[in-house]
Amino acid sequence: MKFVITVLRSNWRLVAVGVVGVVLLIALPLLLDTYTLLQITLYAIFGILALSLAFIWGYGGILCFGHSAFFGLGAYAYAVAVINMGESTAPAVIAIVLPAALAAALGYFMFYARISDVYVGVITLTVTLIFYNVINSTAGPKYHIGDALLGGFNGMPNVPSLNVPFLPDNTLEPQNMFVLSMVLLLVVYFGLHWLLATRFGRVLVAVRENEQRVEFLGYDARLHKLVAFSIGGALAGLAGCLFVSWGNYVSPTAFSVVQSAQIIIWIMVGGAGTLLGPVFGALAISWLTVEIGTQQWVNANVILGAILLIFVLLVPRGIAPMISERLVPWLLASRRAAGLARDLSQERSA
Amino acid sequence: MSPPLIETRGLSKHFGGVRAVRDIDFSLAEGELRCLIGPNGAGKSTFFKLLTGQTKPSSGSVRFRGKEISGMLAHEIARLGIGIKSQVPSVFNGLSVRENLWIAAARHQKGKAVTRAVDAKIERLALGRFVEKLVGQLAHGQRQWVELGVVLCGDPGLILLDEPAAGMTEDERGRTAELIQEINRDHPMIVVEHDMSFIRTIARRITVFDRGSILMEGDVAQVFGNQAVRDVYLGKQVAA
Repeated sequence: MKFVITVLRSNWRLVAVGVVGVVLLIALPLLLDTYTLLQITLYAIFGILALSLAFIWGYGGILCFGHSAFFGLGAYAYAVAVINMGESTAPAVIAIVLPAALAAALGYFMFYARISDVYVGVITLTVTLIFYNVINSTAGPKYHIGDALLGGFNGMPNVPSLNVPFLPDNTLEPQNMFVLSMVLLLVVYFGLHWLLATRFGRVLVAVRENEQRVEFLGYDARLHKLVAFSIGGALAGLAGCLFVSWGNYVSPTAFSVVQSAQIIIWIMVGGAGTLLGPVFGALAISWLTVEIGTQQWVNANVILGAILLIFVLLVPRGIAPMISERLVPWLLASRRAAGLARDLSQERSA
Repeated sequence: MSPPLIETRGLSKHFGGVRAVRDIDFSLAEGELRCLIGPNGAGKSTFFKLLTGQTKPSSGSVRFRGKEISGMLAHEIARLGIGIKSQVPSVFNGLSVRENLWIAAARHQKGKAVTRAVDAKIERLALGRFVEKLVGQLAHGQRQWVELGVVLCGDPGLILLDEPAAGMTEDERGRTAELIQEINRDHPMIVVEHDMSFIRTIARRITVFDRGSILMEGDVAQVFGNQAVRDVYLGKQVAA
């Protein structure tokens, strides 16, 4: 019992996240209408996407400017595979494995050639642009993979949703999609937490801090970056798969630079080097985009740009570090000060 | 006589037409503490980088415990048991002192043994006062000691130090000299340094570099009494 209490104390944040997550998981489908639930499902999917980049950028120090390449590849891989196979079990696996393999191949050439950080950004950006342009120009009946028409800039409509594994007739309803996305978001969040506590994760953070020192200690920095990058690719692919299953539609915008920039903004706003921050960033920015999309008086991108500017200038490390390093100590300090004042006044009256 | 711990044969490094290191035959025995000295541009740093795998030799060989290591990657050389401390503190600034040491110790140990090794180094180097602080927030001298601790946590068979006392105050130098002597009790070391008074306190055997070659090798008295060595250093001081 004492042990349990110690564990709870030292990991109270994780426990809190777990409790809140499970409560939301059970309560939201009961409280919300289907439309809102669908919207929140999308936020959860974007949360997974945010975590995938938060891991490789915030912890691995690898700034990937073209993270949408993996998201888009996962989305298209799922769409093409599920249309051909008519059943979603294998397509879901492909949607994770294929982006992971792309990330591994790219990572091999980038990290083993010791390309500098800036060029890693440039290369990943170029890769996603290539995907975007290639897929964009596949309109017309001659561009198809098996039965799946790629559709070019029109995208691929009517993509079947995920079904219960190996049971093609049991397609997931919106409520089920919500539960699945939330559960996966929690699994990814806790999985990354666990990974970062292992030796691999700690060495990865050390690579971010000082690659040469890591190698002087006998660790292969290149391998650590490669593995981390592949994990990021796999998770982005998972988010892509869920995204298509959610909307039954995928278009080349999944590969767009705007999509890549969005993910980076989620993390900058939420806080690089944290996991909860980027999930919150994805939720807040996505929600805001929908809200300001409903009004007409100012362009949504102007507002988003302004928000990004404000964060870069005033809260460069993001919301999560600001809360845990500034706000919480300040609150504690003011409470302590209040306590002190009370003690003093009691002393005086006594 | 036991075979040398590390040995170079005909080791050379050219940068274009500049021969930074030429034809060096060098060997170090188990348990030794050797200082490498020489004026700026004498080839000490290049030689140091050849030993650590940061630079590949143009010709010649480097053998550590009889195994050829020239051409190996830095992390492979480190795995054989060579610990390196570079001139500018190379540490994980964004991590705590304890985390820095943990990363180093976890390379070759597991579980509780890592924590024990880390605690032992904290005590040995008297880092207890700032063990939970971020290394980036520490003073220069303290960071140098943290790096020494990081190197020690790797439990290396040979330690290479590049100017360990650079940028330190007089007190810190004294403390560092003590530490080096203490560490040398169970770790052979090569120290590159050009502060003469510092060398006098720690050195037993000295190798003097000049213009890419070994000028002479001997104990402190021999080296400091040697006219050629005096000329090299006097020349440098006059030039400066």
